[in-house]
Amino acid sequence: MLSIKNLHASIEGKEILKGINLEIKPGEIHAIMGPNGSGKSTLASVLAGREEYEVDKGEIFFDNEDILEKSPEDRARDGLFLAFQYPVEIPGVSTTNFLKAAVNNVRKHRGLEKLDAVKFLQAMKEKMKLVEIDQSLLSRSLNEGFSGGEKKRNEVFQMALLDPKLAILDETDSGLDIDALKIVSNGVNKLRTDKNAFLVITHYQRLLNYIQPDFVHVLVNGQIVKSGGKELALELEERGYDWIREEEAVK
Amino acid sequence: MSKDDQILEEITNSEYKYGFQSDFESDSAPPGLNEDIVRFISEKKNEPEWLLEWRLKAFRNWQKMKEPKWPNVEYPPINYQDIIYYSAPKKKKKVDSLDEVDPELLETFKKLGISLEEQKRLTGVAVDAVIDSVSVKTTFKEKLGELGVIFCSFSEAVHDHPELVKKYLGSVVPQNDNFFAALNSAVFSDGSFCYIPKGVRCPMELSTYFRINAANTGQFERTLIVAEEGSYVSYLEGCTAPMRDENQLHAAVVEIYAEKDAEVKYSTVQNWYPGDKNGKGGIYNFVTKRGLCKGDNSKISWTQVETGSSITWKYPSCVLAGDNSIGEFYSVAVTNNRQQADTGTKMIHIGKNTKSRIVSKGVSAGFSQNSYRGQVEVHKRAENSRNFSQCDSLLMGDKCGAHTFPYIDVKNASAQVEHEATTSKIGEDQIFYCNQRGLDTEEAVALIVNGYAKEVLKQLPMEFAVEAQKLLAISLEGSVG
Repeated sequence: MLSIKNLHASIEGKEILKGINLEIKPGEIHAIMGPNGSGKSTLASVLAGREEYEVDKGEIFFDNEDILEKSPEDRARDGLFLAFQYPVEIPGVSTTNFLKAAVNNVRKHRGLEKLDAVKFLQAMKEKMKLVEIDQSLLSRSLNEGFSGGEKKRNEVFQMALLDPKLAILDETDSGLDIDALKIVSNGVNKLRTDKNAFLVITHYQRLLNYIQPDFVHVLVNGQIVKSGGKELALELEERGYDWIREEEAVK
Repeated sequence: MSKDDQILEEITNSEYKYGFQSDFESDSAPPGLNEDIVRFISEKKNEPEWLLEWRLKAFRNWQKMKEPKWPNVEYPPINYQDIIYYSAPKKKKKVDSLDEVDPELLETFKKLGISLEEQKRLTGVAVDAVIDSVSVKTTFKEKLGELGVIFCSFSEAVHDHPELVKKYLGSVVPQNDNFFAALNSAVFSDGSFCYIPKGVRCPMELSTYFRINAANTGQFERTLIVAEEGSYVSYLEGCTAPMRDENQLHAAVVEIYAEKDAEVKYSTVQNWYPGDKNGKGGIYNFVTKRGLCKGDNSKISWTQVETGSSITWKYPSCVLAGDNSIGEFYSVAVTNNRQQADTGTKMIHIGKNTKSRIVSKGVSAGFSQNSYRGQVEVHKRAENSRNFSQCDSLLMGDKCGAHTFPYIDVKNASAQVEHEATTSKIGEDQIFYCNQRGLDTEEAVALIVNGYAKEVLKQLPMEFAVEAQKLLAISLEGSVG
């Protein structure tokens, strides 16, 4: 589903990603872990098509299609979803209206009819249960005055509604208390099918207690230096990142 | 190129969408202004002697006045002797049905999406269409007539209701109020007149569409709205103009007079041709709008969505003379490319317990300059009066300007005056977030701007609000048709 080959990317002339290789197949959950500044969020931004980042080398194929030249909105419509680390606030625009525009853009792209207000509300109600989000939150301006946990829950709710093929969760666990973490993780687990895939970016192992990854990759200094199963996450939790850095240095 | 720059670029390249021109023949005065021209206009309109005298008095005043230079706008000097002060479509015959209306005119309305048929059939809004200064068609007049509501062109009012016109004309905006009001008083061509009798709640929105048409013609509309005791009316005015090369001067005057317990809601969407992306052409919109809350407990509310004109100079104001009277001003002003706007309001508190509320939302893009200028004045006698002002500016790109000039003058210690102001920028983050959810950049900008302006837009009547939302999107979108 997603194939990244030798990806190099930079911002303002500074190289952040230095040759990333990653294959994600349908039904899989991949976790990317790494210390601060290793390029985790850059990878998420580059995949989503943020224009401040320059792709210097390499390729990204999504659904067997080269997406490097595609706009962020086209990637989104193709089914690539990014749950933001810091969701933005848009004053005066209700979450409901925003999502209706989003859903209908995606549906149009997929050759489906627009949802009218009634059908959209039905679809929304269904997904609301999934992440235990309150109706009153959705009638408020998008993310405005939301707590950290509410913002993250709203991201997962949007993911549920937009039904992406590949969802990238960029440090969705940061700033969540344990209850919110469970709700968010439950949401992800319920959305998981054998047709979609998840790329979970996290700084801590604790999220992976709730979302079981098939693969764990360690990102250090713009490169994936180690990959393994979920046991790798536990090892990282225990030993930190230094031993991996040392291993790298020896190589 | 960063995203912001790109958006800026797209916006800067966007051109006026309603650029077309209908070519029915007009019947114009020669260019220039003198007493003979004033007489010509008055004669053309078959006016009574008193009105001619009124115009001449205004003209003599105007000659002694100087164009104001204090607004934060720049433009080359206007030669008032180059302007044509009167033009009218030749067909002046009254029509009973739409079949008799010039098809060319109907076509124009269709392009604007405001065909009379549709208006008439679907919305129940009475439309008094003003093209090139002369009213062509007034609908729903009979229905309103049953309630005693008068809604007609100003010229008709002069003939049919001279006593009302004589009583109220100039009662809110005196002839010599300012340079442009004096000019308007001398040469005003036509406009609308609206009278709501005592205790009547006008059952429909009264709506007028203005449109500049003949080349080089100044537009000098005159609107007078009188609400008698305990009455209510919601009045709408909207306009859009064809593409032009020459600058066109527009100096309208709107007067609202509210008696005891009366309420007038005045909403406008202004979309005069703003000039091309280099600032060439476009309308100079120098307008005087004022409402007088004469009676106790009266209320006047201005709502404006300003997207057009190359230069806007406009301060819809409320004089709160009656005790407990209320004045409101809700404004969204969008400037793009080389547009300049200096707009705001005046709230003059004279009566006791008077209240005013100002919500101004400026949006600047391209190389434009957008100024809010507002005055809150509390007179000595105005015990316990209150004002709340909220002035926000939204900037798109880094080549435009937003300015705020609040004037507060309080002469009564019991008054409460609050002023809040914010300035923000449309962020790349916001746009990217929208993109990531499948919205393209134009849609994202439209959404963000509409959200920002929501507090004002929700003041507009429903169908007008929808139109205004579209207009905001169009004003800020790229050149894609």
